[in-house]
Amino acid sequence: MSTIYFLIQQTMFFTIPLMVVALGGMFSERSGVVNIALEGIMLMGGFCSIFFINQMQDTLSGQLLLILAILIAMASGAVFSLLHAYASINMKADQTISGTALNLLAPSLAIFMARMIQPSGVQQIAFNNTFRIAKVPVLGDIPVIGNMFFQNTYITTYLGVLILIVSAIVLFKTKFGLRLRACGEHPQAADSVGVSVYKIRYSGVIISGALGGLGGLIFIITTSTNYNASVAGYGFLALAVLIFGQWKPYKVAGAALFFGFMKTISATYSTIPWLQGLNLSGYFYKMIPYIATLIVLVFSSKKSQAPRAAGTPYDQGAR
Amino acid sequence: MMSKKDNKGFRIPDLTRVAGPISSIGAIVVGLIIGLIILLIANPSKALEGFGWIIGGSLQSPKDIGNVLYYATPIIMTGLSVAFAFRTSLFNIGASGQFIMGAVGAVIVGVHGKFLGSFQWVAALLASMVFGALWALIPGILKAFYNVNEVISFIMTNYIGMYLANILVRETVYHKLTNRSLPVAATANIPKMGMDKLFPESMANGGFIIAVLIAILVYILLNKTTFGFELKACGFNKDASRYAGINAKKNIVLSLLIAGALAGIGGGLLYLAGSGKYIYVEDVLAAEGFTGISVALLGMSHPIGTLFAGLFIAYITVGGSYMQLAGFVPEIIDIITATIIYFAAFALILRSVLQRFRFRKAGDKS
Repeated sequence: MSTIYFLIQQTMFFTIPLMVVALGGMFSERSGVVNIALEGIMLMGGFCSIFFINQMQDTLSGQLLLILAILIAMASGAVFSLLHAYASINMKADQTISGTALNLLAPSLAIFMARMIQPSGVQQIAFNNTFRIAKVPVLGDIPVIGNMFFQNTYITTYLGVLILIVSAIVLFKTKFGLRLRACGEHPQAADSVGVSVYKIRYSGVIISGALGGLGGLIFIITTSTNYNASVAGYGFLALAVLIFGQWKPYKVAGAALFFGFMKTISATYSTIPWLQGLNLSGYFYKMIPYIATLIVLVFSSKKSQAPRAAGTPYDQGAR
Repeated sequence: MMSKKDNKGFRIPDLTRVAGPISSIGAIVVGLIIGLIILLIANPSKALEGFGWIIGGSLQSPKDIGNVLYYATPIIMTGLSVAFAFRTSLFNIGASGQFIMGAVGAVIVGVHGKFLGSFQWVAALLASMVFGALWALIPGILKAFYNVNEVISFIMTNYIGMYLANILVRETVYHKLTNRSLPVAATANIPKMGMDKLFPESMANGGFIIAVLIAILVYILLNKTTFGFELKACGFNKDASRYAGINAKKNIVLSLLIAGALAGIGGGLLYLAGSGKYIYVEDVLAAEGFTGISVALLGMSHPIGTLFAGLFIAYITVGGSYMQLAGFVPEIIDIITATIIYFAAFALILRSVLQRFRFRKAGDKS
């Protein structure tokens, strides 16, 4: 039983950052801006917030510090994403090009700045993890469910779930969500009824930046003890999760959960007796999440449809 | 279309045609200026020295120039791969996986194919081509027949390729002590083709010449053949091209097959260069595949443009490695490259400005 609890807790660590970042990407793509810069945005959010933790951890600790870091991560991700928004909305740039540029810029900028501002001159930024919650009061004592979801956890896990619910409501139950989707499907139509396509698209990209930055922080604090200018390709995986989840919030969550679970299996196969008994190469297990995703996609992609206007700059003169 | 003579009977200089190169060069200038500003912020007293290394570090000796060609070779190939797929409107973010699979294919033949004698390097290079092509075939088939978004399957095959390469190296050509692949046989190294005479002491070899020839071949294939036209037609408008009798599915698969072959050859050219390169068994995606995206974008997805873009990136990378002498981290080169690509993305705006300029002039004369 304890193995199962452990697997579920681990799955959450992999799933939540993927889901948060993919949901961010969803807002951007639903507004009509393809955002392959998610990897770079995660990196920048992670860099700024971990550096903040590194500087403040002598005076603050625990959940208050984490909450402040979350705000920093979201703000820095949003600011960084403005570069993408400006290029792809105002300058009508090719969104793949601008996204690629940001993905290249983020790690080099993070290494450069870390080496410049840290007296030690190293590129890694260390931090003390004072954020892990061994057991949530009251809820952690519930049998089974308490073990699964309320022990050995982080507040970011619950924040992630909250973001999922809010995202779904915003996208499908609010005026803003309707306008956002309209701009991603047929911006000329949205414009003709008085919606400012530029503003909506800016909002979409900025939301993706904030959630992307947050995802970077979540990924680093739950899986690592220092920041080393890398989020292990999670931004690209989030992109895959977004497409896998067909640009719909709950499907995105499901896709993230699927991938997170597969990733957990591949990372912890040595602790699962019957998997270890199969005696396969460790690299084979590491491939499982990616192969499984491909197989699932083969069966689920026939009807898959991206937002119609995603990737196309808005041209008021076009019909 | 852009260069069509207008019907009033006189010609206007068509600046829109050169919008691409102009914006690339403009982006390079802006990128270098921003690089200089960063250097000035980081360390004002050494900034000019560091900038000098970026601009001229690669021109110090024939050895440095030769090394530029050596570094340019694999990224030209991955750049061509990405550019080729772009022509069919497919985003080959999977060049990394195709590159490493190509490298593995080349190294396996390079280690175990000694019986091939002086043909070994050709066979090894062909193996890299086949491995790369087959690795892109999976996303190609998934895209054409199952409508799987190619970006996601490329990302997945990058990781699968990385782990599969680890398995293959460990099973076939593993040197346990160093945790990397065995050295390839001397006959598997690409001949120098005179490059060692031109650029003594450098790592330059015939691989660069092969890459240039392939770039020209790709240019001919894309621009001078029916097949190339069909590929581009599919990229512009899938439905219209189907109406015109072009088999879109076949073209998607073929386009990715060729793109994969190009990236695979890139892996072959690097690991058969005789420069002491080995495939390490580690969980790191091959960077050359992602650099290829930058190269293709900077080269405006044109084969010859890609060739020059690869040379340029290699040029500032070699120069940037000298920058450490002035106490700067080489990451500044990546910042500059990123800035250049970011501004290169503004080409569309530039084109429309030039077009407006052109029409205004036309209006004046009539």
